[in-house]
Amino acid sequence: MSRTTFFEVEVLDGRTRQQLCFLDKVEPHATIGEIKSLFHKSYQQLYPARQDLKLHPKGKSLRDDDVLQNLPVGTTATLYFRDLGPQVGWTMVFLAEYFGPLFIYLLFYFRAPYIYSHQDAFTSSPHSVVTLACACHTCHYIKRLIETIFVHRFSHGTMPLRTIVRNCVYYWAFSAWLAFYINHPLYTPPSYGDMQVNYALAIFVLCELGNFSIHVALNNLKAEGGPKCRKFPHPTKNPFTWLFFFVSCPNYTYEVGAWASFSVMTQCLPVALFTFLAFIQMTIWAKGKHKTYSREFKDYPHLRMPIIPLLL
Amino acid sequence: MSAPAMGTTKTAHSDVAPKKKRGPGALATAYLVIYNVVMTAGWLVIAVGLVRAYLARGSYHGLYYTIEKPLKFFQTGALLEVSGIVPSSVVLTGFQVLSRVFLTWAVTHSVREVQNEDSVLLFVSAWTITEIIRYSFYTFSLLNHLPYLIKWARYTFFLVLYPMGVTGELLTVYAALPYVQKTGLYSVTLPNKYNFSFDYHTFLILTMVSYIPLFPQLYFHMMRQRKKVLCHVEEYKTE
Repeated sequence: MSRTTFFEVEVLDGRTRQQLCFLDKVEPHATIGEIKSLFHKSYQQLYPARQDLKLHPKGKSLRDDDVLQNLPVGTTATLYFRDLGPQVGWTMVFLAEYFGPLFIYLLFYFRAPYIYSHQDAFTSSPHSVVTLACACHTCHYIKRLIETIFVHRFSHGTMPLRTIVRNCVYYWAFSAWLAFYINHPLYTPPSYGDMQVNYALAIFVLCELGNFSIHVALNNLKAEGGPKCRKFPHPTKNPFTWLFFFVSCPNYTYEVGAWASFSVMTQCLPVALFTFLAFIQMTIWAKGKHKTYSREFKDYPHLRMPIIPLLL
Repeated sequence: MSAPAMGTTKTAHSDVAPKKKRGPGALATAYLVIYNVVMTAGWLVIAVGLVRAYLARGSYHGLYYTIEKPLKFFQTGALLEVSGIVPSSVVLTGFQVLSRVFLTWAVTHSVREVQNEDSVLLFVSAWTITEIIRYSFYTFSLLNHLPYLIKWARYTFFLVLYPMGVTGELLTVYAALPYVQKTGLYSVTLPNKYNFSFDYHTFLILTMVSYIPLFPQLYFHMMRQRKKVLCHVEEYKTE
């Protein structure tokens, strides 16, 4: 005959301190995730991904896998709730962020009406580099869509709706801006002609392959260890992954390389500006990741820099 | 020179938490006091210059030229505040300073025809009064001897000065539009080697439009600050 002490959980609103929900007979080994599901039963609109539960109103958010009896609470636990707003799953996020630029660029490539002057509608550019640029841009985003659907395994469930809208506006507007110039009737091809285009194209392709290799390597790492794996990435037999000798986040390195080569290939200032901003953002992410790795693993290689070998 | 000021700061702090919690150290505080005193003086020079010129000429016309140089110097000098040492939000301060510098150089200085407009005088006056109050506020705060009058002025005058300044700024940009369009000022057209274009005229219009969401946010932020700062003092007074 087992004697389980059941817990009681009361959920208060983090701001008003009003009691929103009272759960009795909660199993001691119940997780926060399960409590969120129970809370969801009382509030149809507030699905678990929207719920943020804390032990103190200004404290850290509790994780879904935290177990109730391991938390510093008595048999009656008081949790504070905050509504995170509508959430969207990571897969949807990336699909939205990538389909936009893909489609928008093509609108400009085919010179849909009302973009350029009336007589230019549905015409095509005489320059081969413009078609090449369209192919590169399109393949870049198709690759990203494939990775989102088949390769990536996302750890956190969701992202707030507001963030997605902001990100989409940024990506969509920028791709419209750079597509406008590349496909413009007055576009000027690169100064060094075919040589410039071909070299840039070669580097672009290499960087795309590199980026893909790194994504595959990172996801294999996750698959081996499971969600709580405590291993950092290593170079594998694939030569593209040898960049791991020098940087913590070679996927970002390759991404910057791809966009930089695309800038050179099209010799278009807006593309260079986009590359620059992307570089800044990815450097911030890379530095964060690098710091996390260095802190977590004592044997983390000293030679590795966050994003640029030997430099940054 | 700064020793007496530092002396008062130290005695005022002697019964407060250790220096680490207090923010900038003694040297930084000295630098800040000097900076704020200089800025207060600078804007006073502009104010005095405006008043004297008006009294001498008897009209508003052409007053911009009398204070053009100090205005440029001291408004541009405010860029030093964006470094984050000054105790206010870097984003808000940075944004305000950049928009001021933009108006001073990229509009008023660059488009000569606009310099005689009354709207220029409108925003220059608004800026002058605001900055004199603001910099003396910072100066006195740093010296831990802030007269209530200055605090009250800082959080009250903006109610009129903000809209006044914004009106002057918008009218000036609007007045500059036809000249910018005619001369193609700061604009780049296609075709060119870097496949880039920039239309300054459109950019100015977009800038004007951006005031619609941004100005109310700043205004209401200041109003909330006002409630927080002035109402708390009243609570102390009644105790």
